[in-house]
Amino acid sequence: MKHTFKIINLIIFLLVGNLQVNAAEKIDLLKTDWTFKGVFGKFDRGSLQRGYQVYTEVCASCHSMKYVSYRNLFEPGGPEFTEDQAKAIAAGFEVTDGPNSDGEMFVRPAKLSDKFVMPFANVKAAQAANGGAYPPDMSVLAKARSGGVDYIYSVLLGYEDPPSGVTLEDGVYYNKYMYGNNIKMSEPLSDGLVEYSDGTAASKEQMAKDVTTFLMWAAEPHLESRHKMGFKAILYLIILTILVYFSMKKIWSRIESEV
Amino acid sequence: MSDHEYVPSSKFGKWFNDRLPLLTLASHLTDYPTPKNLNYWWTFGGILTFCLITQIVTGLTLAMHYIAHADLAFESVEHIMRDVNYGWLIRYIHANGASMFFLAVYIHIFRSLFYGSYKSPREIIWIIGIIIYLLMMAAAFMGYVLPWGQMSFWGATVITNLFSAIPLVGEGIVNWLWGGYSVDNPTLTRFFTLHYLIPFLILGLVVLHIWALHIPGNNNPVGIDVKKPSKDTVPFHPYIVIKDAFALLMFTIVFAFFVFYSPNILGHADNYIEANPMVTPAHIVPEWYLLPFYAILRSVPDKLMGVVAMLSAILILAALPWLDTSKIRSAVFRPLYKQFYWILVVDVLVLGYVGAMPAEGLYLLIARVATAYYFIHFLIILPVLGFKEKTIPLPLSITEPVLGGFPMASAVKKKESLN
Repeated sequence: MKHTFKIINLIIFLLVGNLQVNAAEKIDLLKTDWTFKGVFGKFDRGSLQRGYQVYTEVCASCHSMKYVSYRNLFEPGGPEFTEDQAKAIAAGFEVTDGPNSDGEMFVRPAKLSDKFVMPFANVKAAQAANGGAYPPDMSVLAKARSGGVDYIYSVLLGYEDPPSGVTLEDGVYYNKYMYGNNIKMSEPLSDGLVEYSDGTAASKEQMAKDVTTFLMWAAEPHLESRHKMGFKAILYLIILTILVYFSMKKIWSRIESEV
Repeated sequence: MSDHEYVPSSKFGKWFNDRLPLLTLASHLTDYPTPKNLNYWWTFGGILTFCLITQIVTGLTLAMHYIAHADLAFESVEHIMRDVNYGWLIRYIHANGASMFFLAVYIHIFRSLFYGSYKSPREIIWIIGIIIYLLMMAAAFMGYVLPWGQMSFWGATVITNLFSAIPLVGEGIVNWLWGGYSVDNPTLTRFFTLHYLIPFLILGLVVLHIWALHIPGNNNPVGIDVKKPSKDTVPFHPYIVIKDAFALLMFTIVFAFFVFYSPNILGHADNYIEANPMVTPAHIVPEWYLLPFYAILRSVPDKLMGVVAMLSAILILAALPWLDTSKIRSAVFRPLYKQFYWILVVDVLVLGYVGAMPAEGLYLLIARVATAYYFIHFLIILPVLGFKEKTIPLPLSITEPVLGGFPMASAVKKKESLN
């Protein structure tokens, strides 16, 4: 009987092992050092500010970010622009407000309390301007793709010529890391595309890393306070657990000696 | 339960207790004689109570900010994550709390399977437990729909569509569940209502579960009846309370790790994409804790039979006290059952794994074999085993193994004296 049990176990584990090999045919994503990973992970402030620059100069012409507000840009744990810088950024955008006391809608410069202004009025308009493909909203994009930041980073750098035998339709590009390898967005980044105000050399890799960091923050604006609180909470729990453990030993010692 | 009737010491206490015996109840709960040999697998009852209360408290807080409307639900969840003070913390506790709840309930159920806690005289405790488990699955499924992401929407579509397998009235029932001709706003609002209701039903059943437990008292790793109170038992307070507290704290450390450092690892990335009825995700998968049943559902080629198989897989558990014909409770004294128990554990894990994979080729074959084995375990192996198995002699009392290691051949207890 023991043998049967062992054999059945062996068969099951072999099968499961095989399945995992089959499932692992996916290509490995590009990796880079993310400062925000790990127990003490924090965003790189400079990278977030540069990432915002890439987002606003490159991505934002097609991709909205409708859940992020201008005020978030100076809040702690984010790019931490000064309040005046954030105000100036907001003032560069126009929003339709109203109706006013005359019942008219009017256009005014954006304020800190406004959400990021969207490049298109609605999804249909975005599709019409982009060959039928809707450029996804970027507010939670970093959490909305399996592979997360590594996936986005890889897609940004994964453009290449299609392998021989693969023909692409008009307006479709080949990307090594994109699901299905077909992407309707042309390669967004090229060396020197933006001029970083802090003097960092704007290589393709640098921009991809910066903008992906920015997207992670946009998706998870409280990541830093989460990490900080997590450390304190778990440390507290560990100390309490140790104290309770010794209390337990003490209480149970009454019984064990009595038996 | 205690031998002596509790009498409050103060005059007011006595006056109050004569009218509503809350103090008697409190005294019963603190003195409740508990077998002293309970191991850490027995601490999951307390952990589950903690999980339920955590879910209710965080859920109530989320409900204050959440908007149950197809156009606003996704946005309101982002509002909670970004702008509500500590909203991210509350939501991550609630979302990961569901997974922790199921992790604990699976350990609790499999502990019961190993030590035969479902056997006479504890059948009612077990059946109430199965009803709680069913309600938990319903609550978790509806809760997953509320953020109105892609997996919410398509998960709801797939699961509600199962009812269309019912002959003749199936379509009508599905439309009635949806409140329309597809999953839409009416579906969301009723799921929200039910998601709010079910936890309180569970709470009521938990009270009954514990009440029913306090009639025969706890089973224990040796699986023999203990005299209460005796040298084999300890009062619930402080002995079991402190032990449960220690185990609960260990559990919360794991819980906290998920909440603070991997809050989204147990969820599906697609649920951060707002629901879109026009775009079907590549793979529609339920949350991990429902995967074994999803695998059973998909392993049957016929839709109706698949649904029947899936439901039977859960309901068969309710018949377990009668399917298991062995009089010996604990697997410690059942060498054959112990092996089949571990095969079942592996079988369920395999089902969970293939449930997450596409239902094709080798995966489908494995799912079918594992599904067949699941039913064979309960319908054939368990009933036969009770008659065929040669069990190890039981000790006379639980104190004996505590003292001298077990099993002790000198203290053979005949099977029939168990009942």
